[in-house]
Amino acid sequence: MSYIPGQPVTAVVQRIEIYKLRQGDNLILGFSIGGGIDQDPGQNPFSEDKTDKGIYVTRVTKGGPADVAGLVVGDKIMQVNGWDMTMVTHDQARKRLTKKNEDVVRLLVTRKSLEEAVRNSMMQ
Amino acid sequence: MDTESTYSGYSYYSGRSRGSHKHGERSRDRHKSRSKDSRSEKSVTINAPPAEPLLGEQSARGEEVQDDNWGETTTAVTGTSEHSLSQEDIVRITKDMEASVGLDCRRYAGLVVSAALGLLVLLTPVAFLALPHALWRPQDCHTACQGLLISLAFKLLVLLLAVWALFLRPLRARMPRIFVFRALLMVLVLLVVVSYWLFYGVRILQSQDENYQGIVQYAVSLVDALLFIHYLAIVLLELRHLQVIYSVRVTRSTDGETHHYSMGQLSIQRAAVVILENYYRDFPVHNPALLTVAKSRATKHMVGLKVYNVDGPPNNTTPSQSRAMIAAAARRRDSSHNELYYEEADHERRVRKRRARLVVAVEEAFTHIKRMQEEEQKKTPGEVMDPREAAQAIFPSMARALQKYLRTTRQQHCHTMESIQQHLAFCITNNMTPKAFLESYLTPGPTLQYGRERWLARHWTLVSEDAVTSGLKDGSVFLLKCIDFSLVVTATKIPFIKLSEEFIDPKSHKFVLRLQSETSV
Repeated sequence: MSYIPGQPVTAVVQRIEIYKLRQGDNLILGFSIGGGIDQDPGQNPFSEDKTDKGIYVTRVTKGGPADVAGLVVGDKIMQVNGWDMTMVTHDQARKRLTKKNEDVVRLLVTRKSLEEAVRNSMMQ
Repeated sequence: MDTESTYSGYSYYSGRSRGSHKHGERSRDRHKSRSKDSRSEKSVTINAPPAEPLLGEQSARGEEVQDDNWGETTTAVTGTSEHSLSQEDIVRITKDMEASVGLDCRRYAGLVVSAALGLLVLLTPVAFLALPHALWRPQDCHTACQGLLISLAFKLLVLLLAVWALFLRPLRARMPRIFVFRALLMVLVLLVVVSYWLFYGVRILQSQDENYQGIVQYAVSLVDALLFIHYLAIVLLELRHLQVIYSVRVTRSTDGETHHYSMGQLSIQRAAVVILENYYRDFPVHNPALLTVAKSRATKHMVGLKVYNVDGPPNNTTPSQSRAMIAAAARRRDSSHNELYYEEADHERRVRKRRARLVVAVEEAFTHIKRMQEEEQKKTPGEVMDPREAAQAIFPSMARALQKYLRTTRQQHCHTMESIQQHLAFCITNNMTPKAFLESYLTPGPTLQYGRERWLARHWTLVSEDAVTSGLKDGSVFLLKCIDFSLVVTATKIPFIKLSEEFIDPKSHKFVLRLQSETSV
């Protein structure tokens, strides 16, 4: 998850598809996000690099659509439905995730264990 | 202004030449002109009252018998009726009477009365004690009685000091009417003393009471009563007006200079005295040279317009015509605002340039002299100068710059060369910097700073619709006129303050770090 300024960001990502659950008038996804370019990155408990201003998953409600789809606390969301999430404000991220006319969100998330898994599989 | 329609030339000039006004005819005239005014409601007459000379009252007395038809022959409103007061007649009568007797007499009468009362008050207890001994032999004075005598002596001493402290101070103002509280107190004191004397005369002198202790006690009770009246005097005269009730706004009529003062419950004349004392300290000196510019600009406005009456007889200026003139003058597209703007910008630049030159010249002049120490004084006694000579030595180098600056800011009549040199000597003596020396010339200071002849504000006239001994009220307005300008005074009541309390527990100040905001989606 570290990046070199000026170079494209590379990461091993996992594709997660979440089907929104309808609760009354709202469509909920069942997780909470934190972070954004307008937030303080030093307070992010999940990021390795404390200058990383990306969007992180801070809570996942048990049994909710995100939990069912395989989202884990601490994941960094790189893309939502094709839209980039590495350089957005907190509010923009929220808006991308909660569009009323979309029933499904397809996220690309990354976590540290993914890189290790890839390295392990490459070593074998 | 001769363009005003409700003036008739005869009355204007007759008013001016007579100086003061006749009482009976004047009131009649005012009633007539009032009814006329109510009919011709549309006219606006803004007339400056004719400047009455101070000695006008005395000269008018001689002419009182001459023109008795003065009231009948005038048909229009004369100058002061816009400010006319129902009491003005009475004021003029009393002023005329005073003028004939002499203005000092009133002050001396007051002094004589209060001095007599004071003597009476102080000697009465002593008389109470001395008369029994003189007329018959009362009992001897034993312990309790002697104690009472000592206390009487000390109370009398305290009363003496208190009277000296409160009443024997130099008068700070002469007011048009009597000071009601002081008069009331004097009457009260007189009543008390007279009643004590009556009682004394009837009960003690006539019956020749032997009990001297009773007499001493009687005298002590008189002194107690007087001390309590003195307490009442302190409360009424000094303490009551300390609580602030009104905020008073004072505006000078010529240049709009405004100040606000806080005042307690005072009568209008006492409030006027307080305001005038503050006027001398706060208001910058009245400079008539600064006002001529505005007047010349104003006269240019109405000059170009002439109104012709197409139908109807000539010389029949109706009120509607003057309004037409005013409307036309307002609509006319003149560029006087443009002139004003550029003129003011120009003036500003000129003043700043002159000021810069002046500051440099003064700083340079001050570097030429140096204060000499004691030891050096003995060494070179040759060129030693005292402050006056030092001032005269460096004055020529800055004189020209200073004079040019004063001319540009139109202050040159406020400062004579002598006064400038005196001020320079003063500054040198007190080790002031050039900036401190210049401060009194760069900004116009309060009136007291200048010599008496520059004040242009010495004899004040209080013009008020309410009686001047009545108290200040919310919204009361009065004028303090002097020859060149007047101060318009408006009183407003300070609102009732409602305070409520909110308790915050000191332990309730708790803070928590704000983590990254988390949004659930």
